[in-house]
Amino acid sequence: MNRQILKSSHFAVERGTIVRIKTLSPHEKLFEIALPGNARLNHDPGQFVGVSVFGVGEAPISVCSSPTKRDTFDLCIRDVGRVTHAIHALKEGGSLGIRGPFGRGFPVRLLEGNDLVLIAGGLGIVPLRSLVQYVINNRRDFGKVSILLGCRTPDEMLFGDEIEQWNKRIDVHFACTVDRAAPEWHGHVGVITTLIPGEMLVPERTFAVIVGPPVMYKYVIGELLKKQIPDRQIIVSLERHMKCGLGRCGHCQIENLYCCQDGPVFHYDEIKHIKEAI
Amino acid sequence: MAYAVLQKGRFDDFIVALAAQRKVMAPVSKGYGHFEFEEVRSATEIALRYIPTILPPKKYFMPQRETILQYTSDSIEAVVDFDPMAIFGVHTCDLAGIQCLNMVFSERPKDYNYLVRKNNIIIIGLECGDYCDQYASCAMMNSEMPNGGYDLFVTEFDEYLLFHVSTQTGEDIVKSTGLFETADASHKSRLAEYRKKKKSIFKKELPIDSKDIALLFDKCFESKVWDELNDRCLACGNCNNVCPTCYCFDVIDEPALDLTSGVRYRRWDSCQLETFARVAGGANFRENRGARQRHRYYRKFSYPVKKFFRYFCTGCGRCSRACMANIRLKDVLMDLIKAHPLDNA
Repeated sequence: MNRQILKSSHFAVERGTIVRIKTLSPHEKLFEIALPGNARLNHDPGQFVGVSVFGVGEAPISVCSSPTKRDTFDLCIRDVGRVTHAIHALKEGGSLGIRGPFGRGFPVRLLEGNDLVLIAGGLGIVPLRSLVQYVINNRRDFGKVSILLGCRTPDEMLFGDEIEQWNKRIDVHFACTVDRAAPEWHGHVGVITTLIPGEMLVPERTFAVIVGPPVMYKYVIGELLKKQIPDRQIIVSLERHMKCGLGRCGHCQIENLYCCQDGPVFHYDEIKHIKEAI
Repeated sequence: MAYAVLQKGRFDDFIVALAAQRKVMAPVSKGYGHFEFEEVRSATEIALRYIPTILPPKKYFMPQRETILQYTSDSIEAVVDFDPMAIFGVHTCDLAGIQCLNMVFSERPKDYNYLVRKNNIIIIGLECGDYCDQYASCAMMNSEMPNGGYDLFVTEFDEYLLFHVSTQTGEDIVKSTGLFETADASHKSRLAEYRKKKKSIFKKELPIDSKDIALLFDKCFESKVWDELNDRCLACGNCNNVCPTCYCFDVIDEPALDLTSGVRYRRWDSCQLETFARVAGGANFRENRGARQRHRYYRKFSYPVKKFFRYFCTGCGRCSRACMANIRLKDVLMDLIKAHPLDNA
């Protein structure tokens, strides 16, 4: 058997350095990563990278910072499986394997000039944050912007400080809701569909972007369709187990689509006839 | 079209000469009607008449386990392992399977591990004059006749083997061994006769035209047939393992004992296993066996048609032979045909 080093391989991994770690909750940490020579990751909001801890494995993680941040990028990681558990054990200055970015991100150029309703449920805020940051950094290029967040309890709300900043901006409409809360909570309680703005929405120039747990899409899309938003202008990011990122290993397949290459971001008109999608 | 003749008395000399140049893999009898491709050094080891091997020759293009990366504390290198070889005796169904995999792995982003190995493999096909058994459906899948994808292709006659020389690589082998005679008109007319007889033996196995199978699958996603399979399938993944066109894989790290170096490898995976489409949070996007069976059938008869304009079933029959729950591909298709008649039928 001959072994040869491949000069070009899509399985090649770069070593990223953990510049900073911030604990966001008992289960989630934010890792700020620098590539060798502070090279740009050069991603689109909504794309993901393969993150490796050698000896343990690789997991697909969405990039949660905007490409407008150049020298480093952020990964918000929940301690939920074997690889993410090993990542949580790492310290600042440690290294991680990075492969990618992969997939089709949010169509930011299509969104320009239009009103945006950005909707996140639970951990959906993580991939959506890259788009929110991008939009805020290029705020003039977009019409009205609404950010709607939902999660189970106020404690589970990630990026609290940053969300507070969004809330204070005069150029962003912000609302959040929780499933249940202690009496001292003054915000909304209830499902996220109740936050979708009504009369102020101009369907033909509105793009809605949804990221959340699998169960959320059907209800939110139904509500958006009731508001006359065209299928093409409803954009979702779907979760699947993206392993190779190359459209081959099969784990992320949704009927004839590979979530890792054809998605994870889809326009609703592309997937509404695909029964396995939502 | 170049043909060359090898007298049967020289077949062993040919294999020995070829094995002197590079490894030769060929079908070998393993008893109880089972055959496997493995390394041979002489023709006496080879089963010229064989039914599809347990594993298809896919295993040489995409090994069951393959290192893709090696790492130490200060280096990470993408690697490919390969062995220059000649595979002798590949049936037309398996040639079709290799053609399918070639499309998958050369599509961008390219899989260089597969492509390096492919470029180091010489393929010598072997014709079937008759059905291997009742599970084959090669005529329906149009893979009973040679459709390219080989360097040399062998048709067996009583006293000699007729080689179709398809590539320069094939020609170089024929020339280098010095064992061949030039084919004349009589050899070619015997081949024509053989093919004519073969056409009378191989008939489409089910009452559906090949081109209509994709149309059938356009309308049977919600079929009750999948519910029946849900109750029968054991989710063992045998059908995936033996399929010449299944290529899903898993990626796994294996640290060395020093715990600072190690390898990352990929190995065959199966969409029939319960965990295949499960994510870390616990959601499983194809939880039920019927849905997983349906996925496998759609990956043969529908999805690849949209992407690669061909079916990813070669009619080899391996999935039917290997299924512990007696799920037979021809029966499943027949049930679908009956349950969802096409308008023009």
